Parts: sequence; C-alpha cells; structure tokens
Amino acid sequence: MITAGLDLGTQSVKVVIVKDGKVVARSKAFSGFDPAQAAEQALGEALKEANLSMSDVRHVTSTGSGMEMAANSNSTVSMMGADAKAGVHLFPNARTIIDVGAEEARAVRCDDNGIMMDFVVNERCAAGAGAFIEAMARALEVKLEDMGLLSLKAERASSINASCVIFGESDVVSLIHKQESKPEIARAIFEAMADRVSSMVHRLGVNPEVLLVGGVAKDVGFVAALKRKLGVDILIPECPEYVGALGAALVAVNRVKKV
Amino acid sequence: MSEIPKKEDVEYWRWQEYHRVFSEKQWKNKDIITAGVDVGSVGSKAAIMLDGEIYSWGVMRTGSNSPDSAKKALSWAMEGTGLRVDDLKYIVGTGYGRVNVPMANKAITEIACHAKGANYIWGPSVRTVLDVGGQDIKAIHCDETGRVTSFLMNDKCAAGTGRGMEVFADLLKIPIEQIGEFSLKVEEEPPPVSCTCVAFAKTEAMGLLRKGWSKEKVLAAYTHAMAIRMGNLIKRVGLEKEFVITGGQSKNVGIVSRIEKQLDVKCLPMPDWRENGLDPMIAGAIGAALFAKALYEKEQKS
Repeated sequence: MITAGLDLGTQSVKVVIVKDGKVVARSKAFSGFDPAQAAEQALGEALKEANLSMSDVRHVTSTGSGMEMAANSNSTVSMMGADAKAGVHLFPNARTIIDVGAEEARAVRCDDNGIMMDFVVNERCAAGAGAFIEAMARALEVKLEDMGLLSLKAERASSINASCVIFGESDVVSLIHKQESKPEIARAIFEAMADRVSSMVHRLGVNPEVLLVGGVAKDVGFVAALKRKLGVDILIPECPEYVGALGAALVAVNRVKKV
Repeated sequence: MSEIPKKEDVEYWRWQEYHRVFSEKQWKNKDIITAGVDVGSVGSKAAIMLDGEIYSWGVMRTGSNSPDSAKKALSWAMEGTGLRVDDLKYIVGTGYGRVNVPMANKAITEIACHAKGANYIWGPSVRTVLDVGGQDIKAIHCDETGRVTSFLMNDKCAAGTGRGMEVFADLLKIPIEQIGEFSLKVEEEPPPVSCTCVAFAKTEAMGLLRKGWSKEKVLAAYTHAMAIRMGNLIKRVGLEKEFVITGGQSKNVGIVSRIEKQLDVKCLPMPDWRENGLDPMIAGAIGAALFAKALYEKEQKS
C-alpha cells in the first residue's frame, strides 16, 4: 500500500511517500506565500522520484500549522499525533519526542504504540524555536549552517539575555562590541535555546528514550546544548525534518485500514 | 521567517534626547543637592534636585557601556548649570544598569524609584504605576508616600516594551515619536495581531501590509495587542486608582488611550511635559534623587 504524508510547516513543506511501511521518497519546498502550491509541488516531485503517479497513492494525510490548506489531502492529523506515530516507528523505545521547528517547539509523551499521551507546546515566542538561531546568526554575521560547529569550539558560553529574540539581538551586538569570541557567543545562543526547550520538556517529564526531531535537530550545536541540559542521551533520526510528514504518511495507512 | 529590514539612513526608531534646566531656580543657596541616575536598557536618565525640588534633567540613549552612559546622562542633566559632580551631596543609581553607575553612593531598584517619582510628579493619590521601559513592563502598587506595596513585572519578552515599539517604527518607517498618533488614524479599531512575540508579529505585519492594509491599520492592530498585554499585567496586580503611566511609552497616545479603554479608567493626565518640564521618562531618576536626599539626611544625623 502506498500513502503520502504532507507536513505544511511555517517555513517549509515536507512530503514523504511510504510504500508498505518503507519510505520511498522525500521532498521539500519553501512554504512562501502559497503553502498549498508548495505542497503540491513537493508532492509532485516526490511522486516523480518514486516513479509513481497520484493514482497509486491510496490516502494522503496532512499535518503542520498549514494542514488545512493542503488541496490534495484526504485527512489531517495533529503535529503531536504525527510526531508520536513516526517517533515510535523509527525508535520503538522512544517515549519522549521533542520537535523543534522554525517557529514552534513541542514535546510529546507517547506509549509503545505511538499514541500521544500528553504534550506541551511553545508557539507564542520565537526564543524557543529555530527562528531564534536564525536571528542570532544574522546578528553574529555567521551562516546559519556554520553556527553549530562554531559553538562547539567554545569551552564556555558568554552571558546573554536568552528570553527574547529582540533582546537577544541587542545583546549579541553589544557582545561583539565587547570583542567576545564568536564561538562563545554562539554557544551562549544554543544554551539559551536549550534552556527554554528543556524547561518545556521538564513540564512533561523526561521519559527515556528521548528523540529529537524537526529541522533544528540537524544543528549539532543545539543537540550538544540540549544533551547537557537534559542530562540524558538524545536519539536523532535520519532526516529529522521529515518526521512529521512520515508520521502523517503512517497515519494515512491506518486510515485506509479503518475504512 | 522574513528578513530583517536592512539598516537605512533614516533611523525611525531614534527618539530625541531631551534636556531641561529650570533656570529660574538657583542652586547656589541650596543645602542639599542630589542626583538620581537611571540607567535603563534603552534610555539613560538623570535628574538633579535641590532640597527635594526638581532643578534639571537629561534623557539620552544608553550606549554599549553602562558606566559611560551613566556619566553622560549626568553631565547632560548638569549642562549649562555650572554644577560639578563635586557639588552633588549624594547620588543614587537605579535601573537595569544601576550597579554600573560609578559615581553613585548607593543603588536602589527602579521599582522603588518609579513609585517614589510618580508620587512626586502626580502627588499622593497615585496607587498604581505602570512603568513601560525599554526592556520590561512593571505594574507597581504604592501607598500615599510613594512606598511600594506590591508589583508584577514582565522582563522576558519584548512585546509591549519600548524596544518592541522601536522595531515596529523601523518596520513601518514611522518616526517613533509619532507612532501613537499614527495608530489612532483608523476609522475602526482592527482586531489585535494574533502573535504577541515581536519576532513573529513582524512576519504577521508584513503579511497584513501585503494584503493591502494601511500602515496605520497595521500599527493600530499591533498597538491594540500590546495594550491588551499591558492591561492584563495591571489586572493581575489589581487596578487601584489613581493610575499613572511612566516610562517612554507614556508619551505614546496610542498605547495610553487603548489601556484606558481596556481598563475603563482614566490616567491622571501628564501636564504637557514640554511646558511643565517633567518628562515621564524621568520618574525613576526623580525617585532616585529623592532617595538620595533622604539617605544624605540620615547620614548627617548619625
């Protein structure tokens, strides 16, 4: 059976096609002004990659903040539900799934069937999401993808106001004026963000194994800082930014079976 | 995330650095000359008082170095008076950078100073003070002597602070000192923006501009959201009359009128500060200078 999952995020749309429980194609597009259009484009590319056509797909499930916008979708699933489903599919012992995206962060507790039991979300503040690293990288004049490795060079972290992107920007500028080293500032940025994310996870309880997904999971600087804060090992799947879409595609399988 | 607009020649966020001397008063025959220096995250303020009466003050932007900003603000307040630092009997530092005021004899929290300063400016009937600073918002209760009885603050988020307003002034290319009036130029009050986070509100505002909203309407929607945020902070501490607003945002009529509407209360009017000569931004510095006088007198007695 072939199903597709669409994850319409604030920054990018991700598509995963699953055939008999295995991922056969992935594709991504920038959400831009028209997330529905971006979703269609990404779905088309994924089908092409898998050498399939739309008629081969039994069910499409969408998730993400723009899930209602998807035109080709048969059903929707919450982001938390999708994370739980995919998390346990990838790592059967995962019980806590942390998803850090561009504008939102959440933590989900789930059971051994990948059913979501509880969750916490940070959606009103950029300081706990990828947007924070982006804004700070800009202030530091460092490429976003170089931030992680840069931060790993530091033995200690500078002190910054971590609670707000706007204040953080001013702080980074004054630290540069004080000629603090960029690696130490970068490390401070990740520690600050990890602080926020870990306090969110603590509200839920840290139940091993802990899985980190979402685009920010690719950032080695953030992963290192979060490990230090949580004091547990953190699992990271391959292509962490596609976990939501994978979850949606797996949920689509269940929806077909139920019908 | 949208791009942060590039730096331009026009700095819409920049506010004027005011300074005032009541030259009809004479400092030479006065016993106790004191100063209050309030180093905030965005603005540095200093006030000079003669036997507990305001003589001169200055307001300027805080630089990257707090001790420097403190010195500059104090010199700005003393400019044209002939006063020297040695003439000052006692100096109290306050504000975010209060421990970095090198010439201060003592540091006191800005919460105590704002309540004291509001009591001086508006009189003993003041019970609730909302101080909207560059980097935090405080709702303070005080008694008839200006002593703090309770307070609540929000210091973790730029939403509703002066710094947040500066970001909006830049984004919409409206001079900061006019954004209040601009935000009232709408026929009907638009719904508040849904994101209070300044970083997200920027994205949301740009979406609204693309949809064809006027700058005024976008600004009204943002100001509305910020006023709700400030109003909620006051509701949590409890509103007791009389109510006043201090800090830079008290000059933003868009914020003030919306808070008044939300809480169904009138702020005690700030007499036109350009004429009356007291800028509500200096409430903290005035409070600090008053504490300086009291501390000096106590020192003399012992």
